[in-house]
Amino acid sequence: MFELSKDHEDFRQVVREFAQEQVAPHIAEWDRDHHFPSHLVPQMGELGLFGLVVPQEYGGAGLDEGGFTYLCLAIEELGRVDQSVGITLSAGVGLGINPILTYGSDEQKQQFLPDLVAGKTLAGFGLTEPDAGSDAGATRTRATLADGHWTINGAKAFITNSGTDRTSVVTVTARTGERENGRPEISAIMVPAGTPGFTVEPAYDKLGWNSSDTHGLTFSGCAVPQENLLGERGQGYRQFLKTLDDGRVAISALAVGLAQACLEASTEYAKTRTAFGRPIGVNQGVSFKVADLAVMVDAARLLTYKAAWLKDELEVGRRSVAEVKQAAAIAKVYSTEAAVTATRLATQIFGGNGFMEEYPVARFYRDAKILEIGEGTSEVQRMLIARGLGL
Amino acid sequence: MNIVVCVKYVPDAQGDRTFKDDNTTDREGVDGLLSELDEYAVEAALKLKESGEGEVTVVTVGPEAAADAVKKSLQMGADKGVHVCDDAIHGSDAAATSLLLAEAIKKSGEYDLVLAGLASTDGTMSVVPAMLAERLGLPQVTQVSTLEVEGGTVKGRRDSDVASDTIEASLPALVSVTDQINEPRYPSFKGIMAAKKKPVETWSLADLGVDAERVGLAGSWTKVTSFAKRPPREKGEIVTDEGDGGTKLAEYLAAQKFV
Ligand SMILES: Cc1cc2nc3c(=O)[nH]c(=O)nc-3n(C[C@H](O)[C@H](O)[C@H](O)COP(=O)(O)OP(=O)(O)OC[C@H]3O[C@@H](n4cnc5c(N)ncnc54)[C@H](O)[C@@H]3O)c2cc1C
Repeated sequence: MFELSKDHEDFRQVVREFAQEQVAPHIAEWDRDHHFPSHLVPQMGELGLFGLVVPQEYGGAGLDEGGFTYLCLAIEELGRVDQSVGITLSAGVGLGINPILTYGSDEQKQQFLPDLVAGKTLAGFGLTEPDAGSDAGATRTRATLADGHWTINGAKAFITNSGTDRTSVVTVTARTGERENGRPEISAIMVPAGTPGFTVEPAYDKLGWNSSDTHGLTFSGCAVPQENLLGERGQGYRQFLKTLDDGRVAISALAVGLAQACLEASTEYAKTRTAFGRPIGVNQGVSFKVADLAVMVDAARLLTYKAAWLKDELEVGRRSVAEVKQAAAIAKVYSTEAAVTATRLATQIFGGNGFMEEYPVARFYRDAKILEIGEGTSEVQRMLIARGLGL
Repeated sequence: MNIVVCVKYVPDAQGDRTFKDDNTTDREGVDGLLSELDEYAVEAALKLKESGEGEVTVVTVGPEAAADAVKKSLQMGADKGVHVCDDAIHGSDAAATSLLLAEAIKKSGEYDLVLAGLASTDGTMSVVPAMLAERLGLPQVTQVSTLEVEGGTVKGRRDSDVASDTIEASLPALVSVTDQINEPRYPSFKGIMAAKKKPVETWSLADLGVDAERVGLAGSWTKVTSFAKRPPREKGEIVTDEGDGGTKLAEYLAAQKFV
């Protein structure tokens, strides 16, 4: 019950090898240069990472069940080496592929999914706006329908994978009218890259995730065919909230990878670094920190894979949405906060070296913070958990 | 075209190397894997298969854990596996191993091409392919960095310090390939799942009809009599530049006969 299967471990091994050989040797340079390693995307496609939850007809793995757990393993293993590469996969599937797979028409799926699964292209999802984040319902971007076209005006903020050289489409939420109760009607619309009136703003200057692609997007008089509506009109917000549960577990897996990397690096350093003539790890001041890291890694991993398993069970109708929601929020808030603590402890164990970019823990420290913010802040997770408890 | 690839399960080169009392490599309790140099041979076979018809069989000789080397090859895309496994094999040298490989390959069916890597990453002797070719009565094209099959011939280029030779042989033939020939693929998720359904035969000495006396420590012609840790690197010599650094460097290099 507390062990992943041999298949899971075989798969983990391959992703680990890939991350160690293709990412680790170059990541410090990419991070320093704020370079998005686009060439890795088709390689990850060949490994099958973008298709783990996708049916065979679109080039995916076509598993009857259990695909999401495999995806979390891949995200964890990439995240263990680098968070930017991990989020590229996580967002590529969770925000790019998932909404199209879940709500797309046959034509939309045929048009976009095969290339997305192969890693030839990437897609993004734009919900957040400069003035609508946690309160995503406050979306101001508008889309009006006339002559068979949606014309979009507005702006989106912090959209992952939206401006890479292989981004094919960004799905955005927009107000498409008003409901009878006066609340805005929000729909999701697919905007292909390069559509006139759709501007990808220059990349943000971020604290971390330097090798992940994040842009603000501007829409001014951007017109796309009526058929680009994704799913049902007026369901945009609801649809998005549904895909967020998966995203939260995926971010949780990314956090597990980060905490695991901190544990490994700290254990090694505590054994080899000497001060006062002895390895620093003989001091409880250091070894207890490493012990705490081990506890956090284990707890975060168990919560994450429980949530992933529940999600896989939900897919085949054996669990309820409410259970998955609660487990996802619990895993996300715990794992991401543990990861932030883990990077703080690891840099402390590394002393001055921990503050140097020469050591990966420095990058880990910068990369960790966003985990508590993206795909719903820690506060939002606690709101959801409390709500789940009837509060 | 039927291709047989010889692969070896070796201790992870990242780990500490230890030896047993009988001077053989300690393979227990050490993480092992498919010898990285053999991945190039598997990849070469898969490329040939993908450019035409054919089937790829991987053969390994080794302890129980060596099944992992077969599995990894199947995950990469090989079609079936053969694992020669018998307690009596322990300690077999290169010649004895080549005998086992030859018998296993003969038993596995018709073949057009036998592929092998440059060397195993543990023993690094590079002699098994040549011995195997001799036992199978095949022409041998060893250590090539390119490989083409056309009609009934195989062609490859062997690069050395002074020249590159292009070597051709008629099929069936044995070819060993270097790490310059290709970039081995990672197993894909689908490959991992598909490998579970691929057939793997496990053969004992009896299955191969090989007498236990011809293999193992006793049946081997060579024997490791002792081993020693490589001595630690000697301290380098620092040439301090007092205006004559260049001359001193040149003198040092000349004294060491580097120039
Ligand atoms: C690198 C990066 C990548 C991202 N990628 C994407 C993407 O691909 N697509 C996308 O749509 N978005 C993306 N986001 C946006 C991200 O999801 C939001 O930043 C996040 O949801 C928080 O929204 P906000 O920034 O508007 O913060 P705010 O909502 O303004 O929150 C500010 C603070 O107030 C707190 N707060 C707000 N409301 C409450 C409340 N009711 N109770 C208690 N506390 C509250 C928050 O928890 C937070 O601490 C990304 C962000 C970053 C930084």
